[in-house]
Amino acid sequence: MIKLIGVFIVVIGLVFRFNPLLVVIVAGFATGLVSGMNFIEILDVIGKAFVTNRYMSLFILLLPVIGLLERHGLKEQAERFILNLKGATAGRIMLLYMIFRQVTGAFGMHLGGHPSFIRPIVSPMAEAAVAKGRILPQSILDEIRGMAASSDNYGNFFGQLMFIAAGGLLLIKGVMEQTGYTVDLITMALYAVPTGVVALIIAGTRYAFFDRRMSKKLDEVIKSESNGGISQ
Amino acid sequence: MKITLDHLYYLIGFLLFVFSAYTVFDKNHKAKWGTALFWAIYGVTFMWGKEIPGYIVGGMVVVMAMIASGKRIGIGSYGETSKESKITEAKKYGNLLFIPTVVVPIITFLVATFTTLGALIGLGIGSIAGFLVALFMTKETLTCASNEGRRLLDAIGWAAILSQFLAALGFLFDKAGVGNVVAEMVSSIVPTESTLATVVAYCVGMALFTMIMGNGFAAFAVITTGIGIPLVIKLHGADPAIAGVIAMLSGYCGTLMTPMAANFNVVPAALLEMSDKNGVIKSQIVTALPLLLINIFLMYYLAFPGVK
Repeated sequence: MIKLIGVFIVVIGLVFRFNPLLVVIVAGFATGLVSGMNFIEILDVIGKAFVTNRYMSLFILLLPVIGLLERHGLKEQAERFILNLKGATAGRIMLLYMIFRQVTGAFGMHLGGHPSFIRPIVSPMAEAAVAKGRILPQSILDEIRGMAASSDNYGNFFGQLMFIAAGGLLLIKGVMEQTGYTVDLITMALYAVPTGVVALIIAGTRYAFFDRRMSKKLDEVIKSESNGGISQ
Repeated sequence: MKITLDHLYYLIGFLLFVFSAYTVFDKNHKAKWGTALFWAIYGVTFMWGKEIPGYIVGGMVVVMAMIASGKRIGIGSYGETSKESKITEAKKYGNLLFIPTVVVPIITFLVATFTTLGALIGLGIGSIAGFLVALFMTKETLTCASNEGRRLLDAIGWAAILSQFLAALGFLFDKAGVGNVVAEMVSSIVPTESTLATVVAYCVGMALFTMIMGNGFAAFAVITTGIGIPLVIKLHGADPAIAGVIAMLSGYCGTLMTPMAANFNVVPAALLEMSDKNGVIKSQIVTALPLLLINIFLMYYLAFPGVK
């Protein structure tokens, strides 16, 4: 039980909204200490894991590209593009992007991601489709951005395992074969399909409701504008 | 010369040093020294991460956590252009602006498919190609590009390193055997004679442990050897391929609901400049929970061919 102390610290830390980096450090040290490591050994493990996982931060290379384009109106162009498109709603844009992500993922292509697609393209388009030229309060922007970010995760997670050489499937194969079970990659990829379809249905339904809620919210924004103030 | 991840790390290290230097000369920066130090240390871990002994990198990582939790990093000034100028620029370039953003995934895909370098190197090369195209198109200076990159990185702030941090924590959890404790706890409260109960334990166990580890892959080996294989596959005769893949997808439902999966949930919230860092998770829970329920039913009805 004492080994769960790290998990406990993480939960408490996040509930009380301490800085996550600090929470992780404290949880890491607590877990290391109860499993009999000394201070230097724990630092060593943290340092080595940090260095090994640097690949997670490759997106930094992309930031100057996005920054330069934003300086020259990338977001504004995404807005202009959407306003000229009849029938484009935030929900439809997100759904379309999710399908794109699922299908390309099923063919083993790593296309997408929050830095390369959501921030520069999907989110500005969705925001423009809701705002229709008006200025939205931060609370509504947050809601749209959260939904836009989710479309990448849904498409990524519930598309990738349909690809027969997916890393996830190879891991399953490895674990199963270690314990003496042979598993077939094609069978696994096939049985990833039902969850993928259901994920698409659930997300699609939510995006449709989201569009309805957003058009109501826009009416409120217009109302508050005509009353002479911008409500939060 | 074969391009390796190390080359990309040197480039990121260099970029972080440049950001750090510009921060020092940023007169309007709210937290100049802390921010400059933060990105400089981070740069060192990219430049010399392999050469420096692990415990020293560990110490540097702790210092970064201190800088961040002491609120010593913040936003500066980046010589941004006005909204009006951006609209004028958007009209001037039109849809050409999307070209560099499309170059990145296309190059990534080409490198991943037609070379042996892999998708990560592909992303690196794609980013460099996209950068060159963007620089050529906009005819901006390298100073301007650095400031724009710094603007986005400062907006992300400490969340940028959270994913790597959490990977370190996951490793410590793993070493301490947290997974076995969780698997034992779950299997001790499950009525093993009921097929449905063991399926629920496997799927929910995957989701929960993925939430703790922030990573479905890390959870899979532990929960599958602790719950999946002994209870669902051995005892009740489930097909290991079908049960395995649905268990993994249940884990992904957990990924949607946890701040521990920082690169999918927290970093995007920071990148999109949302006021709530948990905003992405809050929007995903409503999808993740019903999907987890569906996965339980799918495993129960699909993974036992000929058994029931």
